[in-house]
Amino acid sequence: MVDLTELSAKHTSAEAASRVRKRNASQVRLKLTGLFAIGLAGLALVALLWTVVGSAMGTVTEHYVTISVPVPAEDFNPEGGELDSVTVGRAAQAAVRDRMRTIFDFADTRAEQRELADIVSSGAAFELADTILENPELVGQDVEFSLVASDVADLYYKGFYGRLTDVPTSTSVRVEIAEDSDEASIFLQQNVFREVVDAVKIELQRRADRARDAAQLQDNGVRAFERRLETASNEEERAEFQTEITSRTTERDRLIGIAEDLENQVQTAGTSDTLDNRMPSVLLKAGGGWIKLTQIQQQTAQGTVIEPLETAEFQAGEWQMLVNTTPEVSRKVSDFQTVILEDLADMDTVTSQFNWRFLSAGDSREPELAGIWGAAVGSFWTMIVTFLLAFPIGSLAAMYLEEFAPKNAITDFVEVNINNLAAVPSIVFGLLGLAVILPLMNALGNDDFRSAPLIGGTVLALMTLPTIIIASRAAIRAVPPSIRDAALGVGASKLQTSFHHVLPLAMPGILTGTIIGMAQALGETAPLLMIGMVAFIVDIPQGVTDSASVIPVQIFRWSDLPERAFSSRTSAAICVLLIFLVIMNALAVFLRKRFERRW
Amino acid sequence: MAAIAGFTPYLVMLLGVVFFFIAKGRAVSTVDGKLSALHSRPSFHGLLSLLWVFLVGLILYFVILIVGRAAIDASLLSEIAIVDPSLRDIEMDLALSDAKSIAEGNVASRTDELREAIADRFANLTNLHRLALFFVPLLAAAGVGLWQLFKVTPEWRARNRAETILRGILFTCAAIAILTTIGIVLSLIFETLLFFNNMDWRIDKFLFGTNWTPLAGVSDGKIDPERVGAVPLFVGTLLITLIAMLVAVPIGLFAAIYLSDFASPQFRAWAKPMLEILAGIPTVVYGFFAAVTMAPFIRDLGESFGLSVASESALAAGVVMGIMIIPFISSLSDDVINAVPQSLRDGSYGLGATRAETIRQVVLPAALPGIVSAVLLGISRAVGETMIVVMAAGQGANLTVNPLEAVTTVTVQIVMLITGDTEAATAAGPAFTLGFTLFCVTLGLNIFALRTVRKYRELYD
Repeated sequence: MVDLTELSAKHTSAEAASRVRKRNASQVRLKLTGLFAIGLAGLALVALLWTVVGSAMGTVTEHYVTISVPVPAEDFNPEGGELDSVTVGRAAQAAVRDRMRTIFDFADTRAEQRELADIVSSGAAFELADTILENPELVGQDVEFSLVASDVADLYYKGFYGRLTDVPTSTSVRVEIAEDSDEASIFLQQNVFREVVDAVKIELQRRADRARDAAQLQDNGVRAFERRLETASNEEERAEFQTEITSRTTERDRLIGIAEDLENQVQTAGTSDTLDNRMPSVLLKAGGGWIKLTQIQQQTAQGTVIEPLETAEFQAGEWQMLVNTTPEVSRKVSDFQTVILEDLADMDTVTSQFNWRFLSAGDSREPELAGIWGAAVGSFWTMIVTFLLAFPIGSLAAMYLEEFAPKNAITDFVEVNINNLAAVPSIVFGLLGLAVILPLMNALGNDDFRSAPLIGGTVLALMTLPTIIIASRAAIRAVPPSIRDAALGVGASKLQTSFHHVLPLAMPGILTGTIIGMAQALGETAPLLMIGMVAFIVDIPQGVTDSASVIPVQIFRWSDLPERAFSSRTSAAICVLLIFLVIMNALAVFLRKRFERRW
Repeated sequence: MAAIAGFTPYLVMLLGVVFFFIAKGRAVSTVDGKLSALHSRPSFHGLLSLLWVFLVGLILYFVILIVGRAAIDASLLSEIAIVDPSLRDIEMDLALSDAKSIAEGNVASRTDELREAIADRFANLTNLHRLALFFVPLLAAAGVGLWQLFKVTPEWRARNRAETILRGILFTCAAIAILTTIGIVLSLIFETLLFFNNMDWRIDKFLFGTNWTPLAGVSDGKIDPERVGAVPLFVGTLLITLIAMLVAVPIGLFAAIYLSDFASPQFRAWAKPMLEILAGIPTVVYGFFAAVTMAPFIRDLGESFGLSVASESALAAGVVMGIMIIPFISSLSDDVINAVPQSLRDGSYGLGATRAETIRQVVLPAALPGIVSAVLLGISRAVGETMIVVMAAGQGANLTVNPLEAVTTVTVQIVMLITGDTEAATAAGPAFTLGFTLFCVTLGLNIFALRTVRKYRELYD
């Protein structure tokens, strides 16, 4: 006999309670780990989307500079009669360039003129030429035209290169311009440079620290060689180590000297500081001109005149001190260009518009002119080819395997084959395309179809075929046998049963599988790289045999380019791709929800 | 005349449709509208004609297209050889392509008497070819259509015949999957054997060598075996795969456990789609994320601990690849965990085990083979993944297991070789050999994993 009181005491004792607590705690731990795992996955998704969408914001708008450009007949139409596109194109280039030089006549050196030419996009003049070719009556007038800003100008206006902040001042300033140079001296009533000096101190300290670190490394080297010197076996080694030590000691002392020098400068900062291009830019705007400060003392400063002004005394409120804390060396817009861009903004010529160009243009070397439309159309043609091949072949193959195939070794082999094909890396399909499909199609069409949607679509069709077959087989299998029996019972043949009864009922499932496979193909890049679909293509493809790019390949190409504006366009292109994928998947979900029948 | 040959396929299709209606009408008229007297319904008579016309017309068209072109080239080359036997093969090819350019009115590299003459011959033959391409398929198709029309009688077993043809078409569709595999294997093997032949069959050097600079060692088509050691690539691939699995397996597995045994239906309703979104994001987007966000983040993090991290570190690529594989592991594990019969769980609960104990001691051991195969499939996907590593991993073959350094992978090298500036014939050897290695490894992993899954499913079905 078991003593039940004793047994139940075992389960009600304090020990038992603590055991239960432990067991429950371990359950909570497992649960929390699971939640944490899902949270991490969610965090990754959010981080990814956040990065992409945040960076894509830079492409939503673009900036235009609207100025009136003279269109003289003697340049644009010297012969009279019909306009000639080459002449107009060349004249438009010159007109835009000359107009900018007239407005900013202080750009006198070649370097400055080159920087001036970088303000508006090189594509702006082409657009002007196109407008004039379409409206010949404009020749001989001054045309008010919106010139698209270059990528760096656009990014400057969007604040990617730091912003000019107005340092509030309540003092008057006297500016003396040297007679025959660009030098200017500035005299102030009180010290207004405190914030600038702080930033300068930080930069100097950072340089000093860097020199100290480098000196420390050299010192480590010296120590190491000293240790080796002690254990050195022969004269030769000893001499070698001795030279190392000497040279490293010299280098160390030099670096320490630099560091000490810089530290002294930090100590004395505020008395007299040199501003170089690693320091914040300080610009003085007064009397219609701009001065860039190069040296500041407490109440005086020296600078270079960028836009000319007269020697004069300016009262508080008549002048501004503007600081860009992003140093000139780490932005693509020089201080000279900053002045031009600020002047253009002051003239009320700069407007920001929704970036339709990105959605309607083809690829370009210039980020401000580049668009996703060419790649989107390429993707469209590629998907058409993929669909036309993969959908019929996939559903018919599934039909054969489910409804007709005899159960034998061959069918088993086909089945194993399809399952394995579904897991073959996509890059291998690219190699197949390169070795077999490209030469085959070239031979059939007697032409070079490299980078045509025809080839890309065929390769992607082969790649998605297993996915479609597997999904279609599942859909066909889900149709209940009673449907087939009924059809066979009223005298339909096997084929009639399959095509008239089973296929229509399985169609929603087949279509869902096809759309999912197509969505996979739409985002695929690697096989297209293999078959050479990475060319730079400006034109919008008109058919499946034209050279084309596709959205994922475009993303890949742009992500590799150094221009900052392209990185934002890459993100915008990703957004476009993701939108298409969301639409396709939503369509698949809709089909499944709306038409799928449970038996 | 030049353009009409291109219309042949469409005309054949049109002809097929015409014969469909003629045959259908004829079937009806042979029995004076009494359809019950026909063995096959009229549309089957039509269908049979249509299929015959399509098959004969289209097959003939493509055969004539390819064979004709090859025949023209062969006959012209032999004519060139007769006129000027001193020419080498490559010069003959050049002369032929020049002649074609002349015939088509384009600019040729050279024009001389021989080329002019060949150009004339080429123009004549091409015209003949185009005529053949236009008339032969159409006439043959029409002939077949008429022949089928004469066969239309009430007893004619059109349905059975049409269905046999359709069944053949269905089989062809299913066979395309096999043809694809055969195509992959053949194209990979061919280049691989050529490559090994060029390096005197030193396969051991490829598999165990540690110096990978394949293009530097090419001279006269021979390859220096000392320079094609793929070990740094294999190690790099394994390193990134390992990092990816260290991220994906715990997260994916715990997520699957939570979703299958703890989550409320409402939580499942948004957590599962979230994981599916992660699965649907194209790899090029992950690559961008790895290169633009993850790599700088890891570098900054490492520097704040005083570590020097390469900007193309294996860690960045591996972690992002792990994120990509999470949904893969979690959905497969979810499937196998759900496939463990409820009776096992109930038995465990009945003995007084908590849910956590049931999962750890009953469900997971029962689901283990399935989970192992999910991990294997994940590894096979990580090994074959291309875009993330192309965009975020290194390009130089660097033999190291330090995850903070840049390593390269098999797929990166394939992409670099194929898309690089090197001549295609030179780069194809190492690229296809690497591709073949990749194919074999992933195929092995898949077969093993799928077999385990199948065995395991049978256990509980």
